[in-house]
Amino acid sequence: MALPRLRVGRLLAYVAAIAIAVFIIAPIYLITISAFSTFDAVYEYPKNLLPSHLSMESMNIFLDSDGVKDSLWRSVWVAVLTIVACLGIGTPAGYALARFTFKGANPFQLALVSTRAFPLIIIAIPLAVTYLQVGIDDTIYGVALAHVAFTLPLTVLVTASVFAGISYELEEAAMTLGCSRFSAFSRVALPLALPGVAAAAIFVFVTTWNEVFAAALLTFTNRTLPAQMLAALDTSPLPYRLAGGFFLLAPALVVIFFIRKYLVSTWGRVAR
Amino acid sequence: MAEIRFEGVRKNFGKFAAVDGVDLEVRDREFVVLLGPSGCGKTTLLRCLAGLERVDEGRVFIGDRDATDLPPRRRRIAMVFQSYAVFPHMKVYDNIAFGLRMQKEKKAAIDERVRSSASLLHIEELLDRYSSQLSGGQRQRVAVARAMATKAEVLLMDEPLSNLDALLRLEMRAELKTLLQTLDATTIYVTHDQIEALSMGDRIAVMNKGRIVQLGNPLEVYDNPADTFVGGFIGNPPMNFLEAEVEGNGSGTGAVAKLSGGSFELEGETAALAGHDLLLGIRAEAIGVETSPADGLVQGKVIVLEPLGSHNLLTVRCGEDTLKVSVQPDRFPLPQSDVWLRLEPARIRWMDRDTGRAIHTGSEELATETAVVTT
Repeated sequence: MALPRLRVGRLLAYVAAIAIAVFIIAPIYLITISAFSTFDAVYEYPKNLLPSHLSMESMNIFLDSDGVKDSLWRSVWVAVLTIVACLGIGTPAGYALARFTFKGANPFQLALVSTRAFPLIIIAIPLAVTYLQVGIDDTIYGVALAHVAFTLPLTVLVTASVFAGISYELEEAAMTLGCSRFSAFSRVALPLALPGVAAAAIFVFVTTWNEVFAAALLTFTNRTLPAQMLAALDTSPLPYRLAGGFFLLAPALVVIFFIRKYLVSTWGRVAR
Repeated sequence: MAEIRFEGVRKNFGKFAAVDGVDLEVRDREFVVLLGPSGCGKTTLLRCLAGLERVDEGRVFIGDRDATDLPPRRRRIAMVFQSYAVFPHMKVYDNIAFGLRMQKEKKAAIDERVRSSASLLHIEELLDRYSSQLSGGQRQRVAVARAMATKAEVLLMDEPLSNLDALLRLEMRAELKTLLQTLDATTIYVTHDQIEALSMGDRIAVMNKGRIVQLGNPLEVYDNPADTFVGGFIGNPPMNFLEAEVEGNGSGTGAVAKLSGGSFELEGETAALAGHDLLLGIRAEAIGVETSPADGLVQGKVIVLEPLGSHNLLTVRCGEDTLKVSVQPDRFPLPQSDVWLRLEPARIRWMDRDTGRAIHTGSEELATETAVVTT
């Protein structure tokens, strides 16, 4: 009697998996087909669930709107700067936390977590004032700096746990085989940590690409895409919003798609 | 040329002295085993030699160079780790080639060396695999091949066989021994397995509590333990230790040894024993078992009989002491039966009860000396 029960369990698992997939994919799908539909099709009711009126009409309206292309570029720049800075600082910091016992390592880790305890709203005014005083308000560097501040603590914690999972003996073996401390890190520990570092990079990218509050607060003319859309939201037509939604959504999916092989540790099992 | 010398090496972890003043000289191309229970500092000592730990005091010499402050890569060593430490993100080939590439060898030379190392360890057909596709024994071979490929003058092995199952360990032990004889490297081998140490080493350094308590060739260490720790740690079963008193019998050099279960005559020199509280140490195979009383025998009662195939191991109660005695495999003294034990005087090792150190009377003979003659 064990077999039928096993089959029922499997069936339930599939039903649950399908339900979750539909829950996640349905809005993505609807936004995507709307973004690539004719103007009329967007307003159509009842909605046609198949992509019947494909066109670039909505997309062109969105891209030709004032400031959209510029803000898209700025978003890309902010994302690149944030990821580079986050991984550049966060990976070594995570490595240090995982490998070395130093005074204050535990309080440091606690401090990292506690930075997430302050909602941005509370520090919004002082942050804006500070930016004005320093003179980095309304620049993409200022926005990137804020995004680094949001994402760095988690990057450090994630990479620390990744490095902690890689045996130090591997690096020691590399050192006895002719590596310096640093080349043992770069040739052995870092390649093995890539899946985790990639996961951290995705987290950073999705956060900075979609972050709207700080971007809207700290910029006025040089807005990133979410900030730009926020400002135009109540005055823009539905196709504009859907096309914008697609732009906020798609890059994250594309990045995850290309980086996913690093997310699953495939060493040896050889997925090919 | 790569002799190794430790001079007064100390290594502390906090207040714990892991290595507590070690002096040791290893000759060029010698195979020395560091043997001791876990926590005795043997691995730490090895890591000090590899440069993976900094010594707190003392000097480490490799060849004619003071290596104390050199990083591992400048010490011309190769090391096999207990966990094998085979790089999981590289194929076996690249693992073995790793050290050679770091030395910037030519590609053809690397290829040749990788293949010859692999063939020595019979892993040629595994060169295209990743570590996770290998069994424990295969990983072990990769680790040894990788260490050998660099042709380092000093080869360090940290319990290389301890993660293998018993049968494989036995096989690998013999293979490793043969292999290392063909290399020109000075080898330091760490193990807690005394059989491994006895069977492989040119010399054994027995360690306890951060110190080397005895250094000698395997048979010396087995037959003439420097103290009760070595006697108890090496050999299976461990050496028997019985509380004893020795009294002169009033006739020149002879003396009587009194145990809790009886007494017997000693011959030879016993003067050195005077003034010590004594422990009588004797190996299980140095005790003869008789079924009837006679002069010079001590009575005992068999408690347990363990047939082990190659010999039978008896646990014998003798007065207040319990002894392990090994007898021929065709002899089966029944439990609870009385036996009479002959403690070979020449095979008795006297220890000071307070210090645990051996007392030399000058009349010990090595069981192995006679064994060597007869074979």
